[in-house]
Amino acid sequence: MSFRPDPKSIAGTNLPVAERAEVLVIGGGPAGMAAAMQAASEGRSVILVDENPIGLETMAENLPLHFGSGMTGAVRNRNAMLEAVAGAMPALEDCLAAGVDVRLGTACWGIYAPGPDIGWLAGPVAGLMDGARSWMIGAERIVVAAGQRDMGLAFPGWEKDGVMGILAAERLAVFYGALQPRRLVVLGTGTETLQSALALQAAGATILAVVEVGQAPLGAPAMLTALAAKGTRLISGHAPKQAEGGAAVEALVLRPVDDDGHGQGGADIRIACDGVLLGVGQVPVVELLDAAGCRMVFDPARGGIVPELDARQGTSKPGIYAAGNCAGIWPAKTLDTAIARGEGQRAASALPGAAGEHSPPDGQVGEDRLAWVRATVLDAGDSLHVCQCEEVTAREILELRPPRYLGVDQLADGLPQSNRRDLRSLLGDHPHPDQVKRLTRAGMGPCQGRRCREQVAALLALASDLPYGAIRPASHRAPVRPMPLRLAALTNVETDAMARHWDTWFGMPAQYVPFWSVPARYTAATRSGDTEGASE
Amino acid sequence: MTEMDAPVSGADVVVIGAGATGLSTGWWLAQSGVNVVVIDSGLVGWGASGRNGGGCSHHFSPLFVEEQRLWPQMDELLGYPTEFCPKRVRLAFDERQLELYGAAVRNAAHQGFSSTLLDAKQAQELVPLAGDGVVGGYFYDFGGHANPHRTVQAYAWAMQDHGGRVLQETKVTGFRQQGGRIAAVITDHGAIDCDQVVLAAGPSTQRLAAMVGVSVPMVPARAEMLVTEPLPLMPIGGVDGNGLYGRQTLRGNLAYGGGPHEWLEDEAVSTTPSSTPLMSYMAGRLAQLFPRAAHARIIRSWAGVIENTPDGRPVIDRPAEPGNLTVATLSSIGFGLSPATGRAIAQIVTEGRCDFADLSSFSLARFADLEPDWAHIQGWREAAQA
Repeated sequence: MSFRPDPKSIAGTNLPVAERAEVLVIGGGPAGMAAAMQAASEGRSVILVDENPIGLETMAENLPLHFGSGMTGAVRNRNAMLEAVAGAMPALEDCLAAGVDVRLGTACWGIYAPGPDIGWLAGPVAGLMDGARSWMIGAERIVVAAGQRDMGLAFPGWEKDGVMGILAAERLAVFYGALQPRRLVVLGTGTETLQSALALQAAGATILAVVEVGQAPLGAPAMLTALAAKGTRLISGHAPKQAEGGAAVEALVLRPVDDDGHGQGGADIRIACDGVLLGVGQVPVVELLDAAGCRMVFDPARGGIVPELDARQGTSKPGIYAAGNCAGIWPAKTLDTAIARGEGQRAASALPGAAGEHSPPDGQVGEDRLAWVRATVLDAGDSLHVCQCEEVTAREILELRPPRYLGVDQLADGLPQSNRRDLRSLLGDHPHPDQVKRLTRAGMGPCQGRRCREQVAALLALASDLPYGAIRPASHRAPVRPMPLRLAALTNVETDAMARHWDTWFGMPAQYVPFWSVPARYTAATRSGDTEGASE
Repeated sequence: MTEMDAPVSGADVVVIGAGATGLSTGWWLAQSGVNVVVIDSGLVGWGASGRNGGGCSHHFSPLFVEEQRLWPQMDELLGYPTEFCPKRVRLAFDERQLELYGAAVRNAAHQGFSSTLLDAKQAQELVPLAGDGVVGGYFYDFGGHANPHRTVQAYAWAMQDHGGRVLQETKVTGFRQQGGRIAAVITDHGAIDCDQVVLAAGPSTQRLAAMVGVSVPMVPARAEMLVTEPLPLMPIGGVDGNGLYGRQTLRGNLAYGGGPHEWLEDEAVSTTPSSTPLMSYMAGRLAQLFPRAAHARIIRSWAGVIENTPDGRPVIDRPAEPGNLTVATLSSIGFGLSPATGRAIAQIVTEGRCDFADLSSFSLARFADLEPDWAHIQGWREAAQA
């Protein structure tokens, strides 16, 4: 008997793709540009998408970076921003000359690839959108070069305008020429942070101070010296106590802390400023890769959670590659873009033997992130929101409190009946952030956990006395950019065949026969046909 | 196989599968004083139990009446919030949908539950996010919806409050059989001696049952959902229709699924499933169901691997051998029924029968004449062998 696939299943449905390229590159930084150039030089068709310039509304939602309302009104002028961004991408002209189809202002919201759990796709596809459209693109090879973002760090006042990620500030200053705050305090002293601070200084901003929670700065002394030459103070052994001001930050108060993050003797330091830049950790932007099902690992040398990669930058999903900061962040790579460019070339090249030399990553994240969270978040009290979108406090996370909208009484002493649980009752001493997310809603808001994911993981590690890497941050889901229903609906239009067979559930009439009418025996041959039936 | 030191010394009942069915069973057993341990290869509610629309309105099931009786009491019985909200609305966008959705009303009426037919105007008044496309619908004066994540965790905690135990990230690797019974469940953390075993492992049920010579026909499939940012609360959050199921959460998010599924090979059961571009088709349907929410942004989508039996109906049965095994799969419709299912299975385990519902239609005997290549005939799998 010939096989006739279940008409209500998706088998046999061909996903319409609006366009195809041999190579799709996501991200126009050094790695992405190098990947596009390499593929073009090998004679393949290449489309490169980059979401810059990012619109004001998206920036206002702190997507994809923690912009903290630090942008000037200039970002409203889309044409000017397009020009600014294009001008700031040094390799853009070479790329265009090489025949790469470059799309600015175009974001990728999802990557999908066939696997044991997905049979209906013929090959890798990606979902793209600009302000007005959404569409699918098919590619033989997708190179993700999505860059890095800032780790969030909660302290009282961190929701104020002007408290922002240092990468967000650098992006606004260097790419857009649209950074509002001018007198800045930087939290963090790692190589990546100092590099950004120097770039901001070169762009005309004043770096008043760089602050380190530990007793000694982490980055190269020469970088600190260069900053100091223009008046930047180094303040070690301090953590933010509060950002003061109205809607916008006006000053940062620092308190001295010991190695355990506890306050110790000594006066607070108050610095008048209009910007506080979070530089306590740079995080590889792995959201597209994680959501696509690529295997992820915690690698402290590569900056935390990164994709598992082979010698040619290939992920565990055939056809999907990672290059640049989303493949790993470490000091040597930050200081020399040749490493990222080499990754891009390897990821894009179809030539044999192009694997080339790998430089060993020399990063080491973990204890430094715990130290910041220990000093600012852990004991910050009941009003500090670690998750700003859903307004969840550290205490609510650690005590697994049901969200406030449920109206469960919050008793000051003694927990109410429906709140007798804490982290340890979840999974012994090994809490899972996805479980915590489901119960407390931390990380479930429109910023999609970008500002709290690493903090929550650090909190759970601290509370359960585990190293940072033992707690996997919450997983990522497509769409990795919030996407209006009506825009998403434009991606694919339901065909008549699909509409005819569309069913609420599995499309099995027998499933919904009331129990008093069910026959005693069931066989496939005598089952009721594929009649149109609604399921519950 | 060497048996490591047991994670627990033993139990009266070992329940395999910490989904809604297994945990509810464990909770009902623990309440009645049974020494029970629930084990799972992953985390509590990590499978289909945590990935569904949260509906509680299964009018075709023999457990429907008990489902309706129990849900309004669950917060109190468990001692933890489930976010249960009563009542349900179903909207139709053409006359065909309206007619199809009428089956639910007739089934419920047969069991004494009432519904109201809504015209377009009434439907729009009841559902503020609906728009002009709606031709009518039904208001169910029964059913409702709950938060699956919170509910499965509530079962686990409530069971622990009664002395039951949960072992997460513990894989079953085999069974020690003796005299036609299962003497111990062997896991990667050691063996657990037991008197009774309940197998409620979702899509893994078939593989585990086969280890003790019991055939439970099923094929896994992927189903997907999406969730939007929060919107102002509608008076009734449980609004289905237009080929979608789901709810508005108490936080205000729209969480909806529906549309074509995909039958998968067995190897898919062990993977964490990814969602697919089906999301965009669902978005179109949802924007049609709620035109006044068309601006709302999708912030997540996800997929679950769910098992179905050949007729899509549950199996709750005790095979002749091994004599102390109860097999339970709800065949893709387990969450809403779980308060009743757990009570029924607990009774079957402790008393040999369920005294409040006729579960004869859930027996494995109905598959006595099932063709070996049933999955091929039904178009679920191309390979002729199931």
